[in-house]
Amino acid sequence: MKRERIYGMMAEFDSPTALVEAARRTHQAGYNKIDAYSPFPIEGLAEEIGFYHDEVPLVVLIGGIIGGLTGYLMQYWMSAVDYPLNIGGKPPHSWPAFIVITFEMTILFAGISAVFGMLALNGLPMPYHPVFNVPRFALASKDRFFLIVFSSDPKYDPTGTRGFLEGLQPRSIAEVPS
Amino acid sequence: MDEQYKATVDSGPAPVIEPGYTFGTVTEKISAIVLTRPASNGWFVGFGIAFLMTMMMLYAIGYLFLKGVGIWGVTIPIGWGFAIINFVWWIGIGHAGTLISAILLLLRQSWRNSINRFAEAMTLFAVACAGIFPGIHVGRPWLAYWLFPYPSTMGVWPQFRSPLMWDVFAVSTYATISALFWFIGLIPDLATLRDRATHPAARIIYGMLSLGWRGSARHWHRYETAYLLLAGLATPLVLSVHTVVSFDFAVGIVPGWHTTIFPPYFVAGAIYSGFAMVLMLAIPIRRIYGLEDFITERHLQNSAKVMLATGLIVAYGYGIEAFMGWYSGDRYDAFTIWNRLHGPYAIPYWSLLICNIFIPQLLWIRKLRSSPVALFFVSGVILVGMWLERFIIVVVSLHRDFLTSSWGMYYPTRWDWMTYIGTIGMFLAAMFLFLRILPAISIFEMRTLLPEAEVKAE
Repeated sequence: MKRERIYGMMAEFDSPTALVEAARRTHQAGYNKIDAYSPFPIEGLAEEIGFYHDEVPLVVLIGGIIGGLTGYLMQYWMSAVDYPLNIGGKPPHSWPAFIVITFEMTILFAGISAVFGMLALNGLPMPYHPVFNVPRFALASKDRFFLIVFSSDPKYDPTGTRGFLEGLQPRSIAEVPS
Repeated sequence: MDEQYKATVDSGPAPVIEPGYTFGTVTEKISAIVLTRPASNGWFVGFGIAFLMTMMMLYAIGYLFLKGVGIWGVTIPIGWGFAIINFVWWIGIGHAGTLISAILLLLRQSWRNSINRFAEAMTLFAVACAGIFPGIHVGRPWLAYWLFPYPSTMGVWPQFRSPLMWDVFAVSTYATISALFWFIGLIPDLATLRDRATHPAARIIYGMLSLGWRGSARHWHRYETAYLLLAGLATPLVLSVHTVVSFDFAVGIVPGWHTTIFPPYFVAGAIYSGFAMVLMLAIPIRRIYGLEDFITERHLQNSAKVMLATGLIVAYGYGIEAFMGWYSGDRYDAFTIWNRLHGPYAIPYWSLLICNIFIPQLLWIRKLRSSPVALFFVSGVILVGMWLERFIIVVVSLHRDFLTSSWGMYYPTRWDWMTYIGTIGMFLAAMFLFLRILPAISIFEMRTLLPEAEVKAE
């Protein structure tokens, strides 16, 4: 596969309002492979760049179910199957006593799934990324807002896309080397 | 969003964040504590004292490993002593951090954004201190891993019908989830530090820890979902943890322990002492690091109100215990109450009532609620009171049970005190390091509180 030398075209904005507006207009102009970067979460921004499917809740649900089953079945197997012990005349399968650990294991597995599922879906950890090649991008974790059109977008062409982004009145524009 | 911001900022007695800040200045001010501000002499003195206290704890624990639990004051009938008192005290303190970070997030209390980071750090360090005690109390601490179900050559498994096993799972889950919650909250701020640090080593370390976070809209979307779900999971978890801790007592048949009021009253007491610790940390931190604009009078007022409310629930718990002692008609229960009021441990019990019920009523006075000095004092009193409460529950119930022939007394030894005071040192040493290494206030969540963070409709 031929490695593309240019990763995309990036525009810098001053405010969340400007970024959301720019993202909407870029998406409406037919660019599909775009992304936006901000120093804090902005409600509705993901939808403007065409991102709707968030699988994190499903991952957490599956994790929680696996955790609950693991917790309960572990206790059942250990107390009633593998080594039944008569303690205080309680039945080996004394389910009310197993509820607490089942609950804790559900939370534990669901919580771990939430964190590691989110990181995995985001493709993190990823220490190197082309966007970091733009020096001004360091401000994306402080007070600036960035929009990028990837060079893999079918509509992407260096001059045309630059011209389009200039029409959005950004603070600066930079080509992102890959 | 505009109305919401106005509602949170203008109508209250004091704003959540003083006006005039921008994304840049908020970032600058919080990250400067870590990146540019040199460590003061006061920091070195404070950390040095805390470090020495930690060494004292390690000495006491080392001697304990050499000699055994006989160096402590624990004897039959009081086998639990300081180890369990301190365990419950520390784990309770941790609960306020989770309450602030998870429950207040779900309730959309945006004022929490300026105190959640160090409150979560407080949770982690308090749980670490708590975890020491059961570990060293088991007598043969090198076999503490027997608590976990692992396939052993002995072929036996842990006894899952025991609340002590439930506690192992509850506390280890709590520690894990608290650490994960704290860490994912830190990721965007670590990216900020990575981009702002000038020292190459700092850039590499923060860069590694930030996992390459770049603030993509897709990432933020999943991040917020995960954060919210984690808050939703941590909320029942934190309530379950102190409930399970209370089961350690309530499932037993000892008079003074065997009562259904324990779970709610333990949880309320945990939050009560936790907020007291939050205030005792927040008041000096905001003063020393000049963060009065971020941790405002509003935060102090709100924390004071939470303490007042939970304190009243705790008072209700004491009242019900006394009432049930009489109403149950059980002579052992009645005697437990009488023994608390008039027995050999009457002085700790009356001190407990003064610390936990009478002095905190000062918080009804608005002027005192907004005075940092007064709040610091009341918080200290509450922390002492909540420690005494656990002392009363553990010791007074055990030292006079059903048979007079098995009555006894409990006197903590110097090793008990050294271990306890040492964990306070360890807690403070960890806090001192945290303040210098990581942003004590969540920078990205503070940015969302600014008026410029809202997206204006065209």
